[in-house]
Amino acid sequence: MKRFLLSTLFVMLSIFLIGCSDTNKNTDATDQETPEAEILVSAAASLTDALEDLKADFEKANEGVTVTYNFGSSGKLATNIENGAPSDVFLSASSKDMNELEDKGLLIHESRKDFTENALVLIAHKDSDSTISSFEEIDPAALDHFAVGEPESVPVGRYTKETFENLDLWEPLKEKLVLGSDVRQVLTHVEMGNADYGVVYSSDAFVSDDVKVLAEADTDWHAPIVYPGAVVKDSKHQEAAQQFLDYLTGAEGKEALQKFGFK
Amino acid sequence: MDYSPLLLSLKVAAISTFFVFIVGVFIAYLLAKRDFFGKSILEALFLLPLVLPPTVVGFGLLILFGKKGWIGSWLLEWFDFQIVFTWIGAVIASIVVSFPLMYQSAAAAFDSLDERLSNAARTMGASEWRVFWSVVFPLAWPGLLAGLVLSFARGLGEFGATLMLAGYIPGKTDTIPMAIYFAVESGQMEKATFWVVIIITFGFSLILWVNWWSKRNMRRFTKS
Repeated sequence: MKRFLLSTLFVMLSIFLIGCSDTNKNTDATDQETPEAEILVSAAASLTDALEDLKADFEKANEGVTVTYNFGSSGKLATNIENGAPSDVFLSASSKDMNELEDKGLLIHESRKDFTENALVLIAHKDSDSTISSFEEIDPAALDHFAVGEPESVPVGRYTKETFENLDLWEPLKEKLVLGSDVRQVLTHVEMGNADYGVVYSSDAFVSDDVKVLAEADTDWHAPIVYPGAVVKDSKHQEAAQQFLDYLTGAEGKEALQKFGFK
Repeated sequence: MDYSPLLLSLKVAAISTFFVFIVGVFIAYLLAKRDFFGKSILEALFLLPLVLPPTVVGFGLLILFGKKGWIGSWLLEWFDFQIVFTWIGAVIASIVVSFPLMYQSAAAAFDSLDERLSNAARTMGASEWRVFWSVVFPLAWPGLLAGLVLSFARGLGEFGATLMLAGYIPGKTDTIPMAIYFAVESGQMEKATFWVVIIITFGFSLILWVNWWSKRNMRRFTKS
């Protein structure tokens, strides 16, 4: 028993020491080599490809600034930031989550800017023999599973719900809905052929080779899909964070976003 | 408040534990005290789900049981039976992640048995079937029970692979871990807290009970 306790103590101590030495190294490194900033960008999952594409060009244009992304559903990212998760820039797929953080004073008000727009599209697997060509033609009785984003936490789910409510389809479809934890999961459900249909952003359908777009939703059916971005108040690198946001809203950013199906 | 996640979680964990127990005990007994080429590889394969990220397990299960998957497409064609996006999908995910726990507990229990006892029974003319049920099973029971309870607890807590294979369909495939995840994401902290308290109470009582039970049994065994 004594030996067991001793060895446990030893293991814990070594873990503690390793932990210490590691952090020391890190602070040393930042002191000497990089007085520059490493910014963490919390971004909506739908922005994944466009932002990854833009990263290298931004870092080249702004030497010393390195960008790390944290992708997730906007609702989850907002909750994380609210609970104190470190983050320098917040790029949301919906005004709602952005408003919530802004109302709580967690963002720098002046930095907020809408940087792009997106559309809602109805998709099916590329081999699907569906003949539907508009949202109104969706027949709840003729399908097994319909993939949408979870409407409370995933913006694309909320827009989808608004659309279906406008078309009186939400209630009839309810039994068939599979709720995805973010827009990419909705896409995966359709890509793998497990859901008959799904509703995602046009930018997501754009990057997938395994789905085809059947219809685009009328913009009157849902709130405008704008992507607001802002610098987080607790950010330690506000200047670099603002640089990133400026780059994204500038010509280069627009170009990168359009390349991936954004408007 | 909708209590369906509790019932569904218990149903999924109970059914998956039932299958895991039978299959786990059977395979562990089959392989116990036996050495053959490739046994370690086979065992490593059994234990793999324990160390793999849930997303990898979920992805593998989708490849197998998805509508266009190897097994899934076959089931759909011949039996019109769909696993993906049903509660049975949740059962399968639970089975896969809790099997390693059951197998490991059972293998350890069988390995520590004194083989002379079963051999004694054999010299008295007992069939292999009888040897198993009258000698091996009762002696290994404490270890088997530990595996059973661990498997149940693991099945109750399964989330990642379940979300991928069973999807999130409120009222149909929303187990407690899923209810917690989506409650947190949408900021419904009260709802999340409720389920967190329930699942912690459940897990804690299970472990407490197993510890108490095995200690009591140890005492009984050492006394006699």
